[in-house]
Amino acid sequence: MASERAASSLDDALDETDRRIVNALQGGFPLSDEPYREAAEPLGLSEAELLARLKRMLDERALTRFGPMFQIERMGGRFVLAAMQVPEADFDRIAETVNAFPEVAHNYRREHAFNMWFVLATEKPEGIADAIARIEAATGLAVAAFPKEREYFVEMKLDA
Amino acid sequence: MPDGIDRKIIVATQAGLPLVPRPYDALAGRLGIGAEEVKARLARMLDTGTIRRIGAVPNHYALGYTANGMSVWDVADERIDELGEMIGRLSFVTHCYRRPRRLPDWPYNLFAMVHGKTRTEVEGGCAIIRELLGTACRAGDVLYSTRILKKTGLRIQD
Repeated sequence: MASERAASSLDDALDETDRRIVNALQGGFPLSDEPYREAAEPLGLSEAELLARLKRMLDERALTRFGPMFQIERMGGRFVLAAMQVPEADFDRIAETVNAFPEVAHNYRREHAFNMWFVLATEKPEGIADAIARIEAATGLAVAAFPKEREYFVEMKLDA
Repeated sequence: MPDGIDRKIIVATQAGLPLVPRPYDALAGRLGIGAEEVKARLARMLDTGTIRRIGAVPNHYALGYTANGMSVWDVADERIDELGEMIGRLSFVTHCYRRPRRLPDWPYNLFAMVHGKTRTEVEGGCAIIRELLGTACRAGDVLYSTRILKKTGLRIQD
């Protein structure tokens, strides 16, 4: 798939220093006056070099973001996984329609009859049902919601 | 619960921190509050779990984790919590949840995300999960992602 190819070529674009940065900075970024300088020091980098590398990795989309990861449930909001069975011929058009909703935080194509899987993030719990109704109206397709009933483990850190 | 100022900080940082030497000063200037207050509020949101962590959010594809399998299992209700905790402790499982079945289309109630550098690696992980679930598991499947269609994360409206 196109984006997989594009992403795997990025793999080569990350050098050893980039990987050390990604591994070291997946959490614990300092809340100090000059946090980049503080974070750069143990990596043996200057503040300017760290900033330049973060900028480059964001531009190349090796990083999707650099900043706080919010847990919307703690703010009274909701994250809900949802899926649709999209006819292949309409896939790209439907993906565009679904992605246009700001409530859609992530969206993945997967190999299954349920071939589109997305995460809805809303600030109020009732926002989920509302977003689902609007997505169903916009696409003419049923949305199956899979709210989590229990979280056993979440750890999004990966070794670079 | 976050208040109005916290909410402003969330809106200002949900796409990322400013990439400048003094990012909290930059945020403070934009929000019209002091940098000390920005830092104190971020620290409190970290303490309460409103912020999971602050740092780099990698694109796992770019790190070489190009095989991304959502493994799903139909596990006996009376054993799922015990087994879910066990599966969640496996090193290659990055997320593990209990979710509702959607019969007849969807019989699976345990979701375990397995990231690997190759599909073979993911399949190896799924075989281990299958074995641990044992007789409590009636069926399973692995849904590989073939395209990221969107990955922006949370966006609350200003």
